[in-house]
Amino acid sequence: MSELLIRNGFVYDPRNGIEGEKVDVSIKDGKIVESVGTGATVIDASGMIVMPGGVDIHSHIAGSKVNAGRILRPEDHEKDVERHTATTRAGTGHSIPSTFTTGYRYAKLGYTTVVEPATPLLKTRHTHEELDDTPIVDKACFPLFGNDWHTMEYLQQGRVEECAAYVAWMLRATKGYAIKIVNPGGVEAWRWGRYLVGLDDRVPNFDITPREIVRGICKVNQLLHLPHTIHVHTNDLAKIGNYQTTIDTMDSVRGLGGENKPSIHITHVQFTGRTGSAWHNVGSGAPEIADYVNKHDHVTVDMGQIVFMNTTTMTADCGFQYMLYQLSGNKWMNFDVEVETGAGVVPYRYRRSNYVNAVQWGIGLELALLIKDPWRVYMTTDHPNGGDFTKYPKIISWLMSRKARNKSLARINSIARNKLDLPDLDREYSFSEIAVVTRAGTAKALGLKEKGHLGVGADADIAVYDINPTKVDPSRDFRLVRKALRKAAFTIKDGRIVVKNGEIVETPVGRTYWVDSTVSEGLMSKVESDMRKTFTRYYTLGMDNYAMADSELANSHRINVKAEV
Amino acid sequence: MIALAKKVISNVTCTFCGSTCDDLQVTVEDEKVLAVRSGCSSSLSKYLNYNAERFLTPLVRKNGQLTETSYEDAVRRSAEILANARYPLLYGWSSTSNEASRAGIELAEWVGGVIDNTTTVCHGPTLLGVHDIGEVSGSLGEIEHRADLVIYWGSNPVHSHPHHIMRYTALSTGRFRPSRKDRKMIVIDVRKTDTAKLADQFIQITPNGDYELMCALRMAVRGDELEQDAISGVPAEVIEELAELMISCQFGVIFFGLGLTMTEGRHRNVDVALSLVRDLNARTKFLIMPMRGHFNVAGANEVSAWVTGYPYAVDLSQGYPRYNPGDTTAIDVLVRGDCDAALVVASDPVSNFPVEASRRLARIPVITIDPHPSATTPIAEVVFPTTIVGIETGGCIHRMDGVAIMTKPLVPPPPGIHSDVEILRDILTHVKKSKMGQWT
Amino acid sequence: MLSGRTLGQGRSKSLGKFSDDYLRNVAVCELDPEDMKALGISPGQNVKVTTKTGSVVVRAAVASQASQRGIVFMPYGLWVNAVIPAETYGTGMPSMKGIEAEIAPAPDEKLLDLEAMVERLTRRG
Repeated sequence: MSELLIRNGFVYDPRNGIEGEKVDVSIKDGKIVESVGTGATVIDASGMIVMPGGVDIHSHIAGSKVNAGRILRPEDHEKDVERHTATTRAGTGHSIPSTFTTGYRYAKLGYTTVVEPATPLLKTRHTHEELDDTPIVDKACFPLFGNDWHTMEYLQQGRVEECAAYVAWMLRATKGYAIKIVNPGGVEAWRWGRYLVGLDDRVPNFDITPREIVRGICKVNQLLHLPHTIHVHTNDLAKIGNYQTTIDTMDSVRGLGGENKPSIHITHVQFTGRTGSAWHNVGSGAPEIADYVNKHDHVTVDMGQIVFMNTTTMTADCGFQYMLYQLSGNKWMNFDVEVETGAGVVPYRYRRSNYVNAVQWGIGLELALLIKDPWRVYMTTDHPNGGDFTKYPKIISWLMSRKARNKSLARINSIARNKLDLPDLDREYSFSEIAVVTRAGTAKALGLKEKGHLGVGADADIAVYDINPTKVDPSRDFRLVRKALRKAAFTIKDGRIVVKNGEIVETPVGRTYWVDSTVSEGLMSKVESDMRKTFTRYYTLGMDNYAMADSELANSHRINVKAEV
Repeated sequence: MIALAKKVISNVTCTFCGSTCDDLQVTVEDEKVLAVRSGCSSSLSKYLNYNAERFLTPLVRKNGQLTETSYEDAVRRSAEILANARYPLLYGWSSTSNEASRAGIELAEWVGGVIDNTTTVCHGPTLLGVHDIGEVSGSLGEIEHRADLVIYWGSNPVHSHPHHIMRYTALSTGRFRPSRKDRKMIVIDVRKTDTAKLADQFIQITPNGDYELMCALRMAVRGDELEQDAISGVPAEVIEELAELMISCQFGVIFFGLGLTMTEGRHRNVDVALSLVRDLNARTKFLIMPMRGHFNVAGANEVSAWVTGYPYAVDLSQGYPRYNPGDTTAIDVLVRGDCDAALVVASDPVSNFPVEASRRLARIPVITIDPHPSATTPIAEVVFPTTIVGIETGGCIHRMDGVAIMTKPLVPPPPGIHSDVEILRDILTHVKKSKMGQWT
Repeated sequence: MLSGRTLGQGRSKSLGKFSDDYLRNVAVCELDPEDMKALGISPGQNVKVTTKTGSVVVRAAVASQASQRGIVFMPYGLWVNAVIPAETYGTGMPSMKGIEAEIAPAPDEKLLDLEAMVERLTRRG
């Protein structure tokens, strides 16, 4: 089964400038090739859309915080079950699916790469255990920095190069892909039960500010030449009107990056895109944020769109979770990780009738509609925080159809509706733009060169959706769009058909991507020797037991880059 | 790593209790463990005696007697028993690796059984409490660095987790708590245990009185007046003083043990303890942590949760995971009489279950996978010897606070012995062959 | 009656559950010395522990850590489980601590070793 030909489909490959033309896609030995022989298996994609497989840049699918959520909420799983079959494992949903179910459900949506965006360094071995039990899709994870003692101390002392070596060591030790920053400095404050306010508050005992942390780590990222930018969940999530902090964070690293290249990614911007001083006057900060993003190309963002459902919030921003527990009265799980970070989990139901939730719903969509360049804004729900990933087709239909949006708008809290700009926004995404915000753009942002496009040499990760773009008007027939995107006609992973008509047919083990940034020997050995001393003092686990061996991953895929230091 | 000449292996992770101390130094020579340094007495005993009472060949019951057999025969017989069972129980898991648990769950799916781990007689009630309340917790290093108030409630670490106090709590050296005098240690128990002797304060409580005392503390923390002179044998002033201590500390922690889970209130005891700590977070920083006993019971819960959604007591008989403690838990499954076969991995339920449950086990075909004979061995149909995780085989385990550690082999296993992962996979291969007919 | 872990139980289980060491460390009931005096029990003597579930004969010992009148302690294992009720009250967890028990001297009764205890299990019912 090494040769495959997908014929007659309407191909959307924005990276290579193909926008709905009928093009044949040839696959051999897991890669896209120019052409294949007559013996190839043929998929007749007539009347169907062909896109690169989805690349989800931010989805909490694996690790101790996700699993804490599963354990916290048996009621979340009871009504959403997956039966064991000859080819698939049993499992459960709903907002926090079990690992096998996660892999299968993503594949059915036509997704082929998923990134777990936040894992504590100390607990990343566990994250990989779960990723190894997540079938089909390729994976990566982002270890957390910015509240860890080593980073804060190095940066406070101005030792940026040593910090870079430490980060490189950690990425290798944890098989991490990129640097994730959540509420920089704020989680160390939380580990004393405290909060920071704004970007210039000082972290207790560390004499450094969030702004200094973000700038310092941004420089580290540049020095290490990591394929992705720093991936940032900004401070002030718990503050009611927090959009300005988002803009200030974006602005704090302006000028630190290279030309025409992003130097910061702000994640789930919806959650930190609010105006207002009290919950009853919350509004959308999307216009201001979109304005900044439109004028500054060093920034990329993802939506963090909410969906009206009973879901589970989970984040390393523990202080925020405590506040959400206080607001909602729901059960609350908290886990502070020594030296490094933390995690908090709270079930939450977003309601149409709830003024704030309705505004939040509007913010996410406004961001995507007001930011002009789809290559710099990506579709996510911060799964499961805004809603689970099986809701993606719904969100896509909101982006593509004003009619779909209006239908939902009609049912939300009317005061919120009047406050939002959303009703007046008539932009509608095209299939091409959808391909960008769900795969081409995300793969590019991640620096995954063989993903997110269908050019020769790309990984043969492909989704075929049963919808004819020449016959269906997505603006009017949004329900058909949802139907088609919910169950891929075909999902192909590394050239093998894994989903056929929305059903799993094969369950290969995906790769786990991680980045090894090679730092100069002299610098690394100095830093390692310093770390040996601090490690013993800081951690309750020895340094040699901390680091993971490559062999611990089921299907390790190392990306090597050369650092500048 | 496999030594013939004498050599010292450092930073070995101990696989005895939930502390999983990772600073053992093991001297090996001629493929045997010679000496161990830095371990507690339980740990030393395990590492120096792991070859005591070791059996080396699989056994099957023939004419009422356990007789030696080949590995292949034992695998075949086991697969037969499990594939033909209507409601098998797959139990144990807490004293082996995550890799074994993962294989075990897959097997449970194929045989349509109940998979449960030792949590069911240990911290099951803790999980039930967590389902209702949540849990405010952290990793052990947080305690080491920050805690100025350490409370052990219904837990006797000197016996159950001998190095806990020294490595993680009152006797440890933390960044913000460099010495013993920077901390206060309180023990709350029904009797003055050896741990209580190390405490700054011991509070004695009447047996089964934890729930009321916790409620009283919650009230006192909230500022309500206690109307009784004493609750659960503890004078009201003592309760009020304790509440004051808890509110005014900078960082407190309650470690609780089976004193809470095994007494009358069970998960309600845990419920109120979790609620107390949650309430305290409105006043100061406070965490709570269950003292997990076995070295990988936390891992068994985590694996079960990520594969099925539920941490223990998972019923797969309908083809999908179902969870209902009290109904799908091992003891209830056995006592009800529904269970018609059992696979026991790295555990000794005949020793650890109430006799009524063990009696049922004695009446059904049981397969055991264990390095050593135990009280469960004499009632088994099939007995597999296996390798020891952390000594002869590696594998991932989770410390009591969920930190994942990869254990490594120190010496090779006796020849011809398979790891439990291998045995489970081989049984599964046979089971799949016989069950495949269902889908064709 | 309470059951629980002890260092002795943990240590000796590594020597093998069929070992004499294990028997000595686990088939035991620890009592307060005052209670022992009142009952006419000397340390090392056999005693019978009875609960509503059943009874078992074990060796009496003076409480090694915390003597408390009215409280007896038995290490986890087959002997204490012979008298622990299986009722979980819908929680999955049996009561293993805080059980009402009656202790009586049993100098003429036999203390069964592990094998005999298991045999007794298979014989009954």
